[in-house]
Amino acid sequence: MTRPSVPKPAGVAQPQVVTLRIDGRDVSARSDETILSVARQNRIDIPTLCYLDGLSGWGACRLCLVDIKGTPKLLPACVTLVREGMEVTTDSPRLQKYRRMVLELLFSERNHVCSVCVSNGKCELQAMAQRLGMTHVSLPYRYPRLEFDSSNDLFRMDHNRCILCTRCVRVCDEIEGAHTWDCRGRGIETRIISDLNEPWGESSTCTRCGKCVNVCPTGALSQKGTAVAEMTKRVTFLPYLTLMRNSDEP
Amino acid sequence: MPREIEINPVTRIEGHAKITLKLDDNGVVSDALFHVTQFRGFEKFCEGRPMTEMPSLMARTCGICPVSHLMAASKACDQLLAVNIPPTADKLRRIMNLAQIVQSHALSFFHLSSPDLLMGMDANPAKRNIFGVLGEYPQLAKDGIRLRAIGQTVIEILGGKRIHPAWTVPGGVNAPLTPEKHQQISQLMPEALEIAQRTLVWFKRNLSRFSEEAAAFGNFPTYFLGLVTPTGGLEHYDGLLRVVDARGQIVEDMVPPERYLDIIAEAVEPYSFMKFPYLKALGYPQGIYRVGPLARLNIIDHVGTPLADQEWAEFREMHRGPVLSSFHYHYARLIEILYGVERIMELLADKDIMSPRVRARARPNRDEGIGVTEAPRGTIMHHYRIDEHGLVTWANLIIATGHNNLAMNRGVLQVARHFVDGSKIQEGMLNRVEAVIRCYDPCLSCATHAYGQMPMRIELRSATGELLDQVGR
Repeated sequence: MTRPSVPKPAGVAQPQVVTLRIDGRDVSARSDETILSVARQNRIDIPTLCYLDGLSGWGACRLCLVDIKGTPKLLPACVTLVREGMEVTTDSPRLQKYRRMVLELLFSERNHVCSVCVSNGKCELQAMAQRLGMTHVSLPYRYPRLEFDSSNDLFRMDHNRCILCTRCVRVCDEIEGAHTWDCRGRGIETRIISDLNEPWGESSTCTRCGKCVNVCPTGALSQKGTAVAEMTKRVTFLPYLTLMRNSDEP
Repeated sequence: MPREIEINPVTRIEGHAKITLKLDDNGVVSDALFHVTQFRGFEKFCEGRPMTEMPSLMARTCGICPVSHLMAASKACDQLLAVNIPPTADKLRRIMNLAQIVQSHALSFFHLSSPDLLMGMDANPAKRNIFGVLGEYPQLAKDGIRLRAIGQTVIEILGGKRIHPAWTVPGGVNAPLTPEKHQQISQLMPEALEIAQRTLVWFKRNLSRFSEEAAAFGNFPTYFLGLVTPTGGLEHYDGLLRVVDARGQIVEDMVPPERYLDIIAEAVEPYSFMKFPYLKALGYPQGIYRVGPLARLNIIDHVGTPLADQEWAEFREMHRGPVLSSFHYHYARLIEILYGVERIMELLADKDIMSPRVRARARPNRDEGIGVTEAPRGTIMHHYRIDEHGLVTWANLIIATGHNNLAMNRGVLQVARHFVDGSKIQEGMLNRVEAVIRCYDPCLSCATHAYGQMPMRIELRSATGELLDQVGR
C-alpha cells in the first residue's frame, strides 16, 4: 500500500502564511497545513473517523468532506492543504446528508452488531452515528461472512467490525516501525492483513505492542478476554510519541 | 366427519404458537398438537464468535429472562476457562438470578395469568387482561406491577440495565457491589416480601374456586426434573440434577449437570420448531417430564428459607407425593417468589458480599463447557465447544420450555377433552385450552431461539381441510 502523505512544498522554502475563510470566519494558517488542522485550531470541528492526531492523513472515511467555493467536488479536509483566499464550508444540509450516507454505507457493509460488541458504548463509529443523527440504515445490509482472527496471544481481529480506516496500518508503520498490517484487495473486498496474509499469531514482524488495538476506532481490534462493552481504547500515548520522534529531527 | 380446530395464535404467553385440536367423527377430541411457529437459529450463528461474547449473545434469546441465559452461558464459559469463580461473584450472580425469578414469576402470575383467575375463564376477553384486573382488583394489579419492577430494579442496580445487562462475564462479574447499591437493593426487599406473602394468602384463600381447572389442567403423572442443592434443597443457580417419578421416588440423583446427556435426549417433530426432550431411560415419547416451579417444588426435600419452607410444607400436603396438576405451577411460582426475596436478603447479609474480588481471569483452558441453571420456567442447559483460539465451533441449548414440550401437548389434549364440545367453538373453551399452556409460562422465543408472528384466530376444519367455522380475536 502506498501512502499518500500530505504533500510538502518542494525544497527548503519556508511555508507561507495564507488567509482563508472557514464557515464565514477569516483565519490565517501556514500553507503546509490541512483544512482539518486549521479548522480544529479555530475550534471548528469537522467529523472524522480515519484521521488520528499523530498519524499521517489518509482520506479513507470521507466523513471530513468539505465544500470549497469554486470547486465542484467535495474534498476531504484531512488531506487537502489550505490555499490563499479559499472559502470553505464545513457544515451544510448537503454535507450532513453525505456524512450520514457515509455512515450508513459503513454500517451496511459489514456486521456491526453494537449490542454484543466489545466496544459497545466506547466506539467511535457508534458515537459518530449518534452525533450525526443517523437514525437508521436505509441501505440493505450485506451480512458478509467474515473471519475472526483470534490466533494472537494477546489480541484479536474481528473483520466484521472493521471500517478500513487503516489507523492500525499507519500506527504500525509510522510509530512502531513494524509494518505488520497492510491492506489486500480492492474496494469492498479490501481486507486488513498481517504480514503476507498470515494469521496474526504467526506474524514474524508483529511486536505485540498493542498500538493498533488502541487506535482502532471500533471493536475490530481488541484485547483478548474482554467481554461485551469492556474494551476501552487508550490513544493518549500517540501525541507524546510523535512529539518525541519529531523533537529528534534535525 | 373428523375435523380440526386451530387456535392461532395462543395469547398471553411469551412467543408465538398455535394449537390444533383434532376431532373424530363424533366430535370428540382425538389429538392435540401445540405448534411453535418460530425459528431463529442461535445455535448456528454463534459459530466462529469468541467465547467471551457468548453470555451477551445468548442473552438475546430472550427479553423476559435474559438473566437466565446470561447465567447459563457464563457458567459454560467458566468451565471453558477452567476456573472456580470467586465466592462473591457466585453470590452476586445468585442475587441477579433470583431477582430475575421474582420479576419473571410476577409477570407470569399477575400480568398473564391473574386475569383468568380473577375474572374467570369465561369472562369477556376484552376485560380479561391486566387492565381489567387493574379496574376491579387494583391492589393486586399494583402489587404485581410493583413486584416485577422490584425484580427488574435489582437487575438494573447490579448490571446497569434491566434487559441484557453485560455485567455477568466469563470468570465472574465485571463490577463488585458497592455500599450504595447494597443499600438500594436492601431497601426494596421488605416491600417485596410483603407483596409475596399477601399474594400467597389471597391465592390460597381462593384455591377452592379453581378445583375444576386444577383437576383438568395438565393433571397427569409425569417425571419431574430440576436442580437441587447437595442436601436436596431448592436451587436455581448451581447444584445437581435430580429426577423424580410421579410417585415422588427419586430415579436419578446428584447427577453433575455436565452429564445431562446421560439422562435426556432430544426428538424432533415436523409440526413444531421446538424440539422434544425426553428421558433416555424411558424412551420417546414415553419419557415425558416437567421442569419449572412445580417440578422444583416436587423434587426437593426442603426449600431452605424459613417462610418459604412453611409454605412448601403446606403445598406438598395438597397431594400425596408430587403435586401433579399443572394448574399448581401458579402456586409454586408464588412460593418461589417468597423464597427468592428471602434468599436475596440472606445473600445481602453475607459478610463478603461487597468484596472487590469478583472475577477470575484466565484464557480458554478447555474445549467444552456446560452451564446448567434453573430459569423461571425450568432447567436450561447451555453447551459450547471452542477451538484452540477460543472461538465457538458448536453450541447446543436446551431451554426450560423445551423440556415441558411433551407435557404441554399432553396438557392441551387433557383440557381439550374435558372442556371442548366439538360441535361449536366457545370463547371459554378456547381460553381454557390456552390457559393450560399459560400454566407452564412457556417462553417460545427461548425455546426455539426464534422469531415470528401470527394473527389470532381459531379455525374449525374438516378432514379435507375445508374451513367449517372460525373465530377471530
